[in-house]
Amino acid sequence: MELFTNQVLAGIATGAIYACMALAVVMIYQAIDHLNFAQGEMAMFSTFISWQLMQWGLSYWAAFLITLALSFVAGIAIERILFKPLAKAPVLTNVAGFIALFAIINSSAGLIWDFTIKQYPTPFGSAPFLGSQLISTHQAGMIGVTVLLLLGLYFFFQYTRIGLAMRAAASVPESARLVGINTSWMIALGWGMATAIGSIAGMLIAPVVFLEPNMMGGVLIYGFAAAVLGGLSSPFGAVVGGFLVGIFENLAGTYIPGVGNELKLPIALALIISVLVVKPAGLFGRHIVKRV
Amino acid sequence: MTTLLNVKDLRAYYGQVQALHGLSFSLNEGSLTTLLGANGAGKTTTLRAICNMVRSTGGIEFDGKPLNNRSTESIVRFGIAHVPQGRGTFTNMTVEENLQLGAITRKDSAGIVADIERMYAHFPVLKQRHTQQAGTLSGGEQQMLAVARALMLRPRLMLLDEPSFGLAPLVVRDLFGILGKINREDKVSILVVEQNAQLALELADQAYVIETGRIVMSGKAKDIANNEEIRKSYLGY
Repeated sequence: MELFTNQVLAGIATGAIYACMALAVVMIYQAIDHLNFAQGEMAMFSTFISWQLMQWGLSYWAAFLITLALSFVAGIAIERILFKPLAKAPVLTNVAGFIALFAIINSSAGLIWDFTIKQYPTPFGSAPFLGSQLISTHQAGMIGVTVLLLLGLYFFFQYTRIGLAMRAAASVPESARLVGINTSWMIALGWGMATAIGSIAGMLIAPVVFLEPNMMGGVLIYGFAAAVLGGLSSPFGAVVGGFLVGIFENLAGTYIPGVGNELKLPIALALIISVLVVKPAGLFGRHIVKRV
Repeated sequence: MTTLLNVKDLRAYYGQVQALHGLSFSLNEGSLTTLLGANGAGKTTTLRAICNMVRSTGGIEFDGKPLNNRSTESIVRFGIAHVPQGRGTFTNMTVEENLQLGAITRKDSAGIVADIERMYAHFPVLKQRHTQQAGTLSGGEQQMLAVARALMLRPRLMLLDEPSFGLAPLVVRDLFGILGKINREDKVSILVVEQNAQLALELADQAYVIETGRIVMSGKAKDIANNEEIRKSYLGY
């Protein structure tokens, strides 16, 4: 029983990271109807920047906040420079754009910081949390930061005018423009926020997976699985999906014989395919029905 | 009487296809003007061209200022509220959020709160349903919501695209009564596009008839309604 509780709690901790990645993916998907394959690489690059800032002598939280701000601006810049011109282009052109972005960021990180694995600090320490062997302080910190982030986002989208405008722009762009919302900037803002959320995920998971240019590959696939499971049209679903995938991953690795650590990733891919086959809209997504 | 909206030699295009062929009309401040015509005559395109939602050439002046080449969202800030065909409801948001969105360009939060209450007085059914998802409203209720959302801008001109579409006759009567009241009491000028010519002519003071992208008839709504020849040949009743 203790093993089970332990695995579930550890699953919630990594699930928090998947939830952040899924949320970032869903925010961009809502805005431009495309999956951002480079979301993980963007998060990885942000994490390297925070690491560099710490190497230059900044404290963890100073580096954390500066990285958040830089990521936000970088996300807006990427949208303005690369994806705004592609707004009316066919799907495959956009996919090519995302893959190019993926390759550029991955190689740049390798060029600047090389591909050797680096230690990444945790501000929470790794002692047992509250004296319990079930969960470490860093894992508790991951959950705590994510929960704070989610509450902040909920408040932002539910109770601020700019949050309302962003939701309107994502759900019915034409009507949004007819009430005077600059939908193009709302998309850019969405990119900025998604990039900042991704950077949080990167900085929180880096002490676990270690810092290197390919650190986010697996994490992003789990993020995609979470987004698909929860429903790509539902930010709430993405978050729930993230936690579910985290728990499922750990329990499958522990209890299904032969899965272990090596087959965990295929499990995420199998999950994506099963959801798409059985319930394409996801758990909380809405079926898009169009009147013809 | 001052001219609020002046449209001159308007030509609009969908890709290579030309939908409006040099259409001119004007609307006086405080007037309730209707554009009539059959399906595909270019009524909707005219409204869309005014808000720069379709490629067009020609002159569009609002209160003496040219609107051409401005983005749709910046035209709203002139005080032009457009209720599009199909109502443009934000279906997955609440009724109250829809109303707030109508006032998203305004900065006076106290005025917005007061205006939401005013809308609930105009349309009591919206008050009953203010926390409900707008998509769960009936067609008539959604049309009321669309009009209320447009009024939240405190517009000088309201553009309405087929407000009667898909509504039961009694609901249409109700709605048109409210539109007349808004026009008289709140001094909002209204340009309404309609296929239901009989009803629109009862409501409006000025009328234009469009056929294949051109104005073919204009005058006082009363006169057009009383002219049997025009009614039979253009309006079909």
